[in-house]
Amino acid sequence: MASKLLSVSSKLLKTTNNTINWTTLHRSGSTNAARTWFSGRSKLWTFGAVTGAAGLLLYALDASVDASSDCVHPAKQNWAHNGLLSAIDKEGVRRGYKVYKEVCSTCHTLDFIAYRNLVGVCMTEAEAKAEAEAITVQDGPDEQGNYYERPGKLSDHFPAPYPNEEAARSANNGAYPPDLSYIISARKNGEDYLFSLLTGYCDPPAGFQLREGLYYNPYFSGGAIAMGQLIDNEVVTYDDADIAPTGSQIAKDVVTFLKWTSEPDGDERKVLLLKVIIISAFLGAISYYIKRFKWSTLKTRKIVFMPEVYEQNKAKSGDKSPE
Amino acid sequence: MKVIYNSLFKRTSTYAVAIIASAFFFERAIDVSANAIFDSINKGKQWKDIKSKYE
Repeated sequence: MASKLLSVSSKLLKTTNNTINWTTLHRSGSTNAARTWFSGRSKLWTFGAVTGAAGLLLYALDASVDASSDCVHPAKQNWAHNGLLSAIDKEGVRRGYKVYKEVCSTCHTLDFIAYRNLVGVCMTEAEAKAEAEAITVQDGPDEQGNYYERPGKLSDHFPAPYPNEEAARSANNGAYPPDLSYIISARKNGEDYLFSLLTGYCDPPAGFQLREGLYYNPYFSGGAIAMGQLIDNEVVTYDDADIAPTGSQIAKDVVTFLKWTSEPDGDERKVLLLKVIIISAFLGAISYYIKRFKWSTLKTRKIVFMPEVYEQNKAKSGDKSPE
Repeated sequence: MKVIYNSLFKRTSTYAVAIIASAFFFERAIDVSANAIFDSINKGKQWKDIKSKYE
């Protein structure tokens, strides 16, 4: 029935106005095409359903891991850089650098940050140079072949407190203080986790077996952490008299600093997001107009059935059209 | 509209020049405006805001 109509209408199009679209349709081809179109459609549906199911499964697995855990989940804080277009607070980075230098660098390394990275982010070139010159670096063989010590330069990376991992472990009860360069990216809910960890030390619950040399921290996986509580009120003095160095302020600043070391491109990335959104809006609007314009020919075409012409052709071709 | 078409869009060579020139000015405008928006959202958080204290 459908095939008959299609074949007839193709003949009709040939006899009417020249401006109408020439659409040639094969009789058997139409049913074949319809069949493949429908089976292709069902393939698409099954593919979509499978992908959806897989996505749902992954989400459920991740959520179930969240629910059952051997540590307390950290509370969500309102970090200054939390928004889609929010920059990292550079004043916080500056104070955090001071905290890191005075408290954390005694045991932790920050291998991927050099003193020159601080320039233009939280301090001037002169200040960074002064910071670098405060450390001594062992430099390569001179002309006699001897290694020598020299004050640091801007191009030097932050110094390591221990020469290697074994020395670090033996000085810290067998636990290795991890490198902090990317720690915020390396831990789930990085900023919130680190802030809660640093400020979350408390007495272990009754019956909790704590090995000698370990401390209890409910936010740490397993509860027993090798690092003691180092962040407390006024462990560091700030140059800025307006900011009181309470424990939580110090923790906030060091986490902001470590956020910057983990994502030094954070600000630039968010500016690019803004630019991409604006430009895509423009291009999208233009593309939409062009698509609708080009398709208007097809979308406004009309296919009509004219009984008189149909009867004429039937008489002319001698009833060759199929039943 | 007719003026623009006859002078710019008719010949492909002039069309290309028009596209490149307008892309240049368009991108400059986007850069300036996006940076201005970002700076106003993040007042006080960027180095350019605080560097006057330390120079």
